[in-house]
Amino acid sequence: MLKTYQYPKFPFVRPAELDSPQTRHVPVIVVGAGPVGLSAAIDLAQRNIPVVLLDEDDTVSIGSRGVCYAKRALEILDRYGVGERVVQKGVSWNVGRTFFRDEEVFRFNLVPEPDHHRPGMVNLQQYYLEEYLIDRARELPNIDLRWKSTVIGVTPGEDAVTVRVETPAGAYALSCDWLIAADGARSPIRRMLGLDIEGKIFMDRFLIADVVMKADFPPERWFWFDPPFHPGQSVLLHRQADDVWRIDFQLGWDADPEEEKKPERVIPRIRAMLGDDREFELEWVSVYTFQCRRMKRFNHGRVLFVGDSAHQVSPFGARGANSGIQDVDNLGWKLELVMQGKAPAALLDTYSDERTYAADENIRNSTRSTDFITPKGNVSKTFRNAVLGLARHHPFARGLVNSGRLSVPSFYVDSPLNTPDADAFAGRMVPGAPMDDAPVAAAGGGSPWLLPHFGQGFRLMIALDDAAALDAATAEGLAALRRGAIPVEPIVIAREGGAPGGIETLHDVKGRVRERYDLQPGTVYLVRPDQHVAARWRRFDPAAIEAALRRASGQRA
Amino acid sequence: MMITLEYNFREPRTRTFYGYEAGDAFYEALIEAHRDLDEEQSALVNARLVLLLANHVGDVDLLREAIRLAREDVVGG
Ligand SMILES: Cc1cc2nc3c(=O)[nH]c(=O)nc-3n(C[C@H](O)[C@H](O)[C@H](O)COP(=O)(O)OP(=O)(O)OC[C@H]3O[C@@H](n4cnc5c(N)ncnc54)[C@H](O)[C@@H]3O)c2cc1C
Repeated sequence: MLKTYQYPKFPFVRPAELDSPQTRHVPVIVVGAGPVGLSAAIDLAQRNIPVVLLDEDDTVSIGSRGVCYAKRALEILDRYGVGERVVQKGVSWNVGRTFFRDEEVFRFNLVPEPDHHRPGMVNLQQYYLEEYLIDRARELPNIDLRWKSTVIGVTPGEDAVTVRVETPAGAYALSCDWLIAADGARSPIRRMLGLDIEGKIFMDRFLIADVVMKADFPPERWFWFDPPFHPGQSVLLHRQADDVWRIDFQLGWDADPEEEKKPERVIPRIRAMLGDDREFELEWVSVYTFQCRRMKRFNHGRVLFVGDSAHQVSPFGARGANSGIQDVDNLGWKLELVMQGKAPAALLDTYSDERTYAADENIRNSTRSTDFITPKGNVSKTFRNAVLGLARHHPFARGLVNSGRLSVPSFYVDSPLNTPDADAFAGRMVPGAPMDDAPVAAAGGGSPWLLPHFGQGFRLMIALDDAAALDAATAEGLAALRRGAIPVEPIVIAREGGAPGGIETLHDVKGRVRERYDLQPGTVYLVRPDQHVAARWRRFDPAAIEAALRRASGQRA
Repeated sequence: MMITLEYNFREPRTRTFYGYEAGDAFYEALIEAHRDLDEEQSALVNARLVLLLANHVGDVDLLREAIRLAREDVVGG
């Protein structure tokens, strides 16, 4: 029991399969209703694909785990219909402050650029995120969410995958075209299939404490290296919802986890940090070790691994759930195209290619952070302290201070789905880039931000000065793209005017779209359903767009 | 010429999208250079590294300034 949160308990419903001798077949089974499995179910259900979602438990994530949800994950959660609730309930922050011993050495701002809808980070207890996703999943009629349903066996096949599900009322079998394994770091499915996951464990332990207190500290991330109240180690302080504060104390490898969890040891540590007069109550304590590892491939025939089952990182950088949600964003549209027969199954290989690339980036960054935060050996420690000492005076050293490089999306620059630029462009919206947001005015109503107008399906963004000046030939070309087997919805970005034929028009009210995408009149961007850039040109060329669309959907160009 | 104290790390042959990547890559390589070395060997590697970089910089006035900044706060601090 927590003081600020009551864990919901979801009812087990006896499934009809228990009373039938036949094995039922469904299109998709998702195993695991953590943040990633829930996101996967919602993504597919929003594509009109029915999903059976199985979870062994009957509640949300227990205790203190994920805290920070990054801008990119929030943008995806917007598409899943829960972004606003997360932002409203959570604590938004952009500023991080870093202390060395008793002095502040450095601060950073996660969103140094103005005019983005979502903040750099929102802090929210993981159980709230899961609760909101569950609420959303229950709104979608084609999600069949089954609690107290443990997958105890999996049989992969050429044409189908069969799982054995154990429930309080007995066990049954269920088969599917596609199995999504979102069953967490220990992934029973990964183990049952005998698949490896490789990486390393960090020889350190961290005490994670949630405390309830009224404090008027600003909503910032505070990180201490070697502070007087916890000498020789690091400490991290985050504010979460409901006046709950999360404190992470590095303990070292030799600490005894059972001893360290006792309130009589934890409370003095927190007192030393907050001062004797600060009133607080202990909400949760646990001791963690962390590892960084990933599977070689994330797709194995008809079994697709997402989230922690496929990859794990140390928490410095908050790249766990954030990257799992991006896995799902990458997978959903590809699986839909394959299931519709509009793309070859090989498109799913690019799910693995792009997301293992992202996982490597996440592992690399969180490993570097961990090595900086918990230096092993005297030389590492000397360099670390030299950086922190120089950071007081010199900007270059501040750039080297690494207390966690916070979750940012990958640029899939090497992806086979990209069409390389043939024309010259400035800026970072290269093929493979995750779209930058910007303020817009939607002529036909709708969000005053760019990103919500993209996603779900392919989009073609075409830039004009005056949208009304769209010529007839281009309008006809756009209409044809819309009617294609894989439809591409056009969006005109203009300074003024409305495009003919009811084509969605957005006004670039602050000029940020032009600036961020290096737009000129006539510039065209083909954007994937996950809001990554597929291709771009300086002029509208239907044949080039068709070829890029074939390539971006895994067909031979 | 003045000593550069602004962040100046870059990897010209790799396209990076986040400012910290080049500096972090350097730092990783620096720590990696000491793997499996004993203290004496590590000190020697550091000394050799300083000498290599000093020669690359070349400008002795600049090096004197770097030496002064390196000692600052360490001595008597
Ligand atoms: C201390 C700590 C701090 C963290 N901080 C952050 C952070 O700030 N930001 C961030 O993004 N991430 C953070 N993370 C990581 C984050 O918690 C995980 O990445 C995230 O929970 C992974 O989600 P998932 O859905 O893949 O797996 P899980 O959340 O582990 O969910 C797996 C689900 O599968 C179910 N399951 C397992 N086996 C079976 C089975 N056989 N049959 C049916 N169901 C099964 C489980 O019941 C569970 O619900 C942190 C983690 C820790 C430990």
